[in-house]
Amino acid sequence: MSEVETSVEQTVQQLYGCAMSQAFGQDVLFVPRDRYVEVIKSLFNDGFDVCIDLTGVDYLELPHRKVAEGVTAERFEVVVGLLSMTSHRRIRIRVQIPEADAVLPTLFYLHPGTEAHEREIFDMFGIVFEGHPDPTRILMPEDWDGHPLRKDYDRGEIPVQFKGAPS
Amino acid sequence: MSIVDKQKIVSANTDEGPQELRSRSDLTVSAVLRDVGAVLRMSESEVAAMAEVSGDVGEDQTMIINMGPQHPSTHGVLRLMLELQGETVLRCKPIIGYLHTGMEKTGESLTYMQGGSNVTRMDYLSCFNNELVFSMAVEKLLGIDGDIPERAVWMRMLLSELNRMSSHLMFLATNGMDLGAVSMMLYGWREREEVLRFFQKVTGLRMNHNFIRPGGVAADLPAGWRDDILEILESLPSRLEEYDILMTGQPIWRQRLQGVGVITAHEALALGLTGPILRSTGVAWDLRRDMPYLHYDQLEFDVIVGSYGDSYDRYSIRFNEIRESMRIVYQILEAMPQGDYRIQNKKVTPPPRARIDESMEALIHHFKIFTEGFKVPEGEVYTAIESPRGEIGCYIVSDGSAKPYRIHVRAPSFVNIQALPHMMRGGLIADAVAIISSVDPVLGEVDR
Amino acid sequence: MGLARDVLDDGLGGMHHNFMTGRIEDLVKWSRSRSSWGATFGLACCAIEMMGTGASHYDLSRFGMEVFRASPRQADIMIVAGRVSQKMAPVLRQVYDQMMEPKWVISMGVCASTGGMFNNYAIVQGVDQIVPVDVYAPGCPPTPETLIHAIETLHQLIEDGEIMRRRVVNNGGAKVELSLTNIAAPVTIAIGTK
Repeated sequence: MSEVETSVEQTVQQLYGCAMSQAFGQDVLFVPRDRYVEVIKSLFNDGFDVCIDLTGVDYLELPHRKVAEGVTAERFEVVVGLLSMTSHRRIRIRVQIPEADAVLPTLFYLHPGTEAHEREIFDMFGIVFEGHPDPTRILMPEDWDGHPLRKDYDRGEIPVQFKGAPS
Repeated sequence: MSIVDKQKIVSANTDEGPQELRSRSDLTVSAVLRDVGAVLRMSESEVAAMAEVSGDVGEDQTMIINMGPQHPSTHGVLRLMLELQGETVLRCKPIIGYLHTGMEKTGESLTYMQGGSNVTRMDYLSCFNNELVFSMAVEKLLGIDGDIPERAVWMRMLLSELNRMSSHLMFLATNGMDLGAVSMMLYGWREREEVLRFFQKVTGLRMNHNFIRPGGVAADLPAGWRDDILEILESLPSRLEEYDILMTGQPIWRQRLQGVGVITAHEALALGLTGPILRSTGVAWDLRRDMPYLHYDQLEFDVIVGSYGDSYDRYSIRFNEIRESMRIVYQILEAMPQGDYRIQNKKVTPPPRARIDESMEALIHHFKIFTEGFKVPEGEVYTAIESPRGEIGCYIVSDGSAKPYRIHVRAPSFVNIQALPHMMRGGLIADAVAIISSVDPVLGEVDR
Repeated sequence: MGLARDVLDDGLGGMHHNFMTGRIEDLVKWSRSRSSWGATFGLACCAIEMMGTGASHYDLSRFGMEVFRASPRQADIMIVAGRVSQKMAPVLRQVYDQMMEPKWVISMGVCASTGGMFNNYAIVQGVDQIVPVDVYAPGCPPTPETLIHAIETLHQLIEDGEIMRRRVVNNGGAKVELSLTNIAAPVTIAIGTK
C-alpha cells in the first residue's frame, strides 16, 4: 500500500498521506501528531520493523527551519528512526510537537525498545508520552527540576577564573 | 535455567496481581511484549517503598535487593534493583543515570573540530568508533563525504578494527574476571596493552584520542607502523588459542554461560538490540556488510552468528570477531594507499604547520578553524556504523553556524540494557553477573 | 628511625643485627604506606586506565596495592576515577563514610579533580566538593604512569606522616567535619540547589 516514488531530486513526495523529503540520501517523513502511531504501524507492516532511534529536538532558537510543505513548525520535534533489515533501508519520521501541549502517544506497545528512549526524552525535554508504562526520569535524579536539553535551560557552567587574567 | 525444569512455575504476589513465569516456548508474542512492560512498570519511589518489606523471606515472600551502583563487576555505575524469590530473579530493573555527563548539551557549545573529543568519551572502550560516526555525520552535512582521501579512509578502517579488537579483548578480560577466571583479566589486558601502545604511537594517546576528525584524520601514520601491527597480529593467534583452551575448554565456563540469559530473535528485534546480542540470536545483521560504510564492501570478512541467543554465544561471537578483525587488518595492510591523510579543503582542515610561517592566508585559516570553527550548512543527518557493541548512530542538526544545534548519539548500550530484565528473569542471581557481562554495556554511552 | 632506616634503604643488606628498633609511629606509617588497598570507585574512562595500572604491565601490586577491595570497609585508599555526576555524588559520600580511618582519597583524572572538560549542570565540578582529597592526578585519562606517580606521592606522604598532621590542622579540608571517633550514620548533604 505504499507508493514510494524514488526520484532523485529533492522534491516533496507523499507516503501514507504525509509529506516526505530527502535529506542526504535518507527519506524523512513529516507525520502529523494525530496520525503518528498509525503511520508507524503501517511502516511496521511494510518492513520497517526495527525502531532504531527515538530522540527529540528543541527548535526554540530555530523557528524558521526548513520543513516540508504543509507542515507547521512547532517548538519541539520528536525524531524516530526506523530500519528495515530486509530491504536495508532507513526512514526518519519527524513529528512536530507544540510547546503548550507537549504530549505524544507512546510507541512502547509496538516497539518495546523505545521504553528507555521515551523516558530520556521526557527527562531531557519534558515531552510526556501517553500510555508509557513507567514515565519517570531516567538520567537525572528523580527530584530534579527542569529539563536540561531545552534551549532555555542554562548549561550550568561555572565561570573559571585564571589568576593571571586582567580582571 | 538450562537444566532446571522449565515447567516450574514461580508465582509472586506484587501489586499487579499474581505473576506467573511460564517457559518461553509457551509465550505468545503479545504476552512477551506485555511482560517486558510489566517488569519495568514500577518507578523508583515505588521500588524504594517496597524495599522496606524485606526481612524474613517466607514461603511466598520476595525480597528486593539493590545491586550497585558501586560493585565489583567492572561494568561501571549500573544499578540493578532485583526482586528475588530465594535465589531466583523474578524482576530486574536497571537504574541508570549515574554517569550522566550532559554530553549532548556540551556538544552544542563545542565546535565541530572539538566535538570529537566530547563524543569520544561516550563509549570509552571503542573511542575511534564514536569519533568516526561523528565525523561521518559532519562530513555528510558538509557534503564532502565523497571526497575524503583514500588513505584517510583506510586509516580510519584500520584504527576502527584495531579498536574493535581491543574492545573485545577488554570484554574477554572483564567477562573472565566476572565469572571468576581472574587470570583472564591479566591476559586480556596484556594483549590490550600492545594495541594501546600502537595507538599511542599513532595518535599520542592511549584512549580518548580525538584523532578521527571531519575531513580525515589528524595526522599520518608514523614510520614503522606496518611492523608494529605485524608484531601484534603475529603474537595474537597463539595467545587466543591459549585463551580458548583456558575458557572455552573449561566445563565450568561452559556451564556458567550456556543457556544463561537466553533471548530470542523476535524479542531482540522488538527491543531494538544490535551487535553481538542480536547476532547471537541468529540474525546475521552487521552494518559493515549490510549497509557498508567506508570501504568495507571491498574487504572479505565473515559475520559471526550464534544459534541459541545465550551468553555463551555472545562470548564466542566476540572471541571470533577478534579473529575476523585480524583478518580485516591484514587486508588493510595490503591495501593501504599513499596519499593525503585529510581532505585538502581549506575551509575544513587546518593547513600544515610549516605553511603557517610562510603564508598569511594559511595563518588566518588556522586561526579561524581553531578559534571560531568551520561553518556547516543547515540540515539534519543520521549516520550509523557498527561499533563493537552494536549500531552507534549520530544525529546532528545544524543551524549553519560553527557549532551543532543538536547532537544526539544513538548509543548501542543504552538500548541493549533494556534486554537485561528480560534475560535475567527466571535465572539465578549468580547468573545476573554473567548476563550483565555478556551484554557488555559501557555506562559512558548509556548515560552520556 | 635508627636501624629500621637501614632496612628501609638497603633491604636485608641493611640488617646488621637480628633485631631492629624504631618508633612505633614510624613503623606503623611505613607499613600503612606499603600495604594500602584501594576501594573500587571506577566510574568512567579513568577506571579503564586504573584497571590497566593494576594489570600486569604497570603492576600495582609491587607497590603493595595488591587488590582492589569492593567493600569500602576493607579499603584504605579511594581512587575516584572518573566523572562524578549529580546522581552519583551522594553515593560517593556514602562509600567514603563507610571507609575506616585512616583513609585517603586520590582524585584521578581531570573530571574528578575539577570537573574536567564537562563544565555543566550534570557533573560535580571537582570531587573535593564532596570528600577531602589528598592527591590530585591530572590527565584525561592519566596514563598508568601518572597514576602510579600519584599513588607513590600518597605513599610518601603517608610514610612521612604529613597527611595526618595536615588533616588535624585543616580539620579535614573541603569544609568537612572529620570526627575520628565515631561515624555512625551517613552524612546527608544537599547536592545542587536547582
